[in-house]
Amino acid sequence: MDALCALRNRIARIEGRRPQDAPVHAPLGVESLDRALGGGLARARLHELFAAELADGPAAAGFAAMLARLAVPPATPLLWLRQEDAERAGGGLSPSGLAQIGLDPARLVLLVPPDPVQLLRAAADVVRCAPVGAAVIELWQRPPALDLTASRRLAVAAEESGVTVLMLRVDADPAPSAAHTRWRIASAPSTALEADAPGHPAFDIDLLRQRGRPDGGRWRVEWHREQAAFRDAPLPGAVVPAAAGGPEAAPLRA
Amino acid sequence: MRVVALDAAALRLGLAPGLTLADARARVPELAAVDHDPHGDRLWLERIADGCDRWTPMVALDPPDGVTLDITGCVESFTLHTKKSVRPEPVEACPERSRRGLSFSSTVQEERQGPSTPPAASLRTGFDRLSPNGERFDSEALLAADIERRLTAAGLTLRLALADTPEAAQALARFQSLPAADERQAIRRLPIAALRLEEEAETALRRAGLKTLGDLADRPPAPLAARFGEELVAALDRLLGRADSRISPRRALPALLFERRFAEPLARTDDALAVLDDLAREAAVALEERHGGGRRFAGRLYRSDGAVREIAIETGLPTRDPAVPARLFRERIDALADPIDPGFGFDMIRLAVPAIEPLAATQLKLEGGRVAEEAMAALVDRLSIRLGRNRVRRFVAQGTHIPEQQALALPAVDLPDPAPWPQPPAGEPPLRPLHLFDPPQRIAVTMSEVPDGPPLRFRWRRNVHEVARFEGPERIAGEWWRVRVARLPDPPPSVLRQRPGRDAMDCDEEELADPADATPGRPDQPLLTRDYFRVEDVRGRRFWLFRHGLYERETDAPDWYVHGLFA
Repeated sequence: MDALCALRNRIARIEGRRPQDAPVHAPLGVESLDRALGGGLARARLHELFAAELADGPAAAGFAAMLARLAVPPATPLLWLRQEDAERAGGGLSPSGLAQIGLDPARLVLLVPPDPVQLLRAAADVVRCAPVGAAVIELWQRPPALDLTASRRLAVAAEESGVTVLMLRVDADPAPSAAHTRWRIASAPSTALEADAPGHPAFDIDLLRQRGRPDGGRWRVEWHREQAAFRDAPLPGAVVPAAAGGPEAAPLRA
Repeated sequence: MRVVALDAAALRLGLAPGLTLADARARVPELAAVDHDPHGDRLWLERIADGCDRWTPMVALDPPDGVTLDITGCVESFTLHTKKSVRPEPVEACPERSRRGLSFSSTVQEERQGPSTPPAASLRTGFDRLSPNGERFDSEALLAADIERRLTAAGLTLRLALADTPEAAQALARFQSLPAADERQAIRRLPIAALRLEEEAETALRRAGLKTLGDLADRPPAPLAARFGEELVAALDRLLGRADSRISPRRALPALLFERRFAEPLARTDDALAVLDDLAREAAVALEERHGGGRRFAGRLYRSDGAVREIAIETGLPTRDPAVPARLFRERIDALADPIDPGFGFDMIRLAVPAIEPLAATQLKLEGGRVAEEAMAALVDRLSIRLGRNRVRRFVAQGTHIPEQQALALPAVDLPDPAPWPQPPAGEPPLRPLHLFDPPQRIAVTMSEVPDGPPLRFRWRRNVHEVARFEGPERIAGEWWRVRVARLPDPPPSVLRQRPGRDAMDCDEEELADPADATPGRPDQPLLTRDYFRVEDVRGRRFWLFRHGLYERETDAPDWYVHGLFA
């Protein structure tokens, strides 16, 4: 592994980039998940979150907000870029809702560019700005402007500035990109509280791709605001197909 | 159809405004007529007034066809620029001095008639050498000549006059017919129409045999006021300079103003930007002397043909770093929908700082806290300039329990440091949704256990959702103290119309887009109580639904809405 790292750094130097440092990981709270990720969510990287279906958009957005909460220290600014159409069709991003997830809306700056091209331009600026802790880039469908070059540019900028970038994709299918990890998020039935009330937000998450580590793995996690961490959610009776993956991939959680 | 305005040639032929067009055509068959366009005239006058900014910051419109400039204190600066080298100088608001007004009127229609009417200037500044300070009048004439030269080049016919009060200048520009020895005499010779009184008062004066201002000026004011009204005396005093009178300028005077004039116009936008950078450096020096910073910077580019282009930027925190406006001006120009057209070039460029805010010298923190803050503010400024200030938002909590009014999204440049948010109650899952619909979207509830219980099955966006779990109701009542206000106006006609042949279940959010229908507080009815339910369907999607109105007490058939979506 060391030799591989050294080789990578050499190539980076040849390409005129800074030698890539090993990413700092922010633990998510679920042991098997953190193990599969090599310690948690990598900071200063580009992560892609796909909503499994259009109706899972809020779940994916919530998951992105939770990752942003975990990835950066509490006082650093957070930028959320949303297209104007998304704000209309999917409902406005509600600061009270963010506060209920555990993010302080006072540190949030919401950008509402009119089209994907402007959004990606603004995103390039945001990701290059080091004081920004995390940036959520929400893109609906598959805009032609978001190609491999654009995502590569974002990934490189994130590595250089240290901004954790969460690319939130709604109503889109996973496609090759320069992201460090790629996830598919779906909402899952929550564990009922007393009187059959809906409980803590639960998600089915699917690790589709991971750079430099084995892919694959499915988890069902619950978010607990007070602990600011994910927890394993029990699967009531349902059987999840075993994940294909390497030795470090998580086994089926039950 | 009547004649509204005439050019000098037509006036010489004996035509007068107010004549019917047929009459005028009968007298002068080759008369060329153009439709009267008051709005177009107004815009044109505004453009002329914009261009007049180059001589003085105090410009007022005198509709329909006049512009009045207050050139107090500007003459010296003007002659300095024309006679000596091109040296910028901050022009600051001028305190009390002897005030000088300058007014000109132009017949706007003439400009449109094109080359058929030769631009015949009639400059009337007849009163010379009255003051012992003769030099001042020379330079005033120089200024007037410059105004005339530029506006005549733009195809206007001018009547220009200089006087001690704005009213006198306006009256002289409009009504003076013969040259006079001095300003006083010229005013005394003006007809009483120059007072701009009501028709009745004017007729009364004429009947009394008072035809010129001179006739009025010598009489004691009290009997005049008794017979013809206070207004006459007030107007007379203003005209004769007995009462103080000012123009109200079109724009407020900036705190700091820097300008640069060029003998040869600059033909490239890049050069103009470089000049703006220079001016920003000068502004930085001036701001540092005052221990202040600016939050707005407005650059004005004066084209040699009279057109003016303004580009303005603003920052979240006060700044005096010249690099900040320099960068933001470029950002602004990149974001402009219609690019700047230098035309024949810019011959004057100004930079205004409208207000100075206190800004003490700062010491850098060792750990870089201040630097990070400034970098963040710079990012917000840049994005606000590029995307528009309303597209970069921050949130402020509001003290209300109506969900859609709990947060106010404000432009981030106005709100560099918002207050922390109130903490949600501990030990609960999220009680407020992440995405909130405003207006709420109507759903069709197809099954429920009891009339005022939660829905068991509902249909939203053409999908049926089976409810697995719910919590509620959480009752949010309307704000009763606003009811009375809300009742006052008539209800707007609802745009909700059901298409024939479709039932309520088929209508979706496009047809229900009327906010007045969806939100409480419809003006015609008291605010309805909303019962909110946190609901999770069998696939794990969590919704925030509410029933609008209480059964039987407030409404017979309450509607259901989805107000938000949980993560």
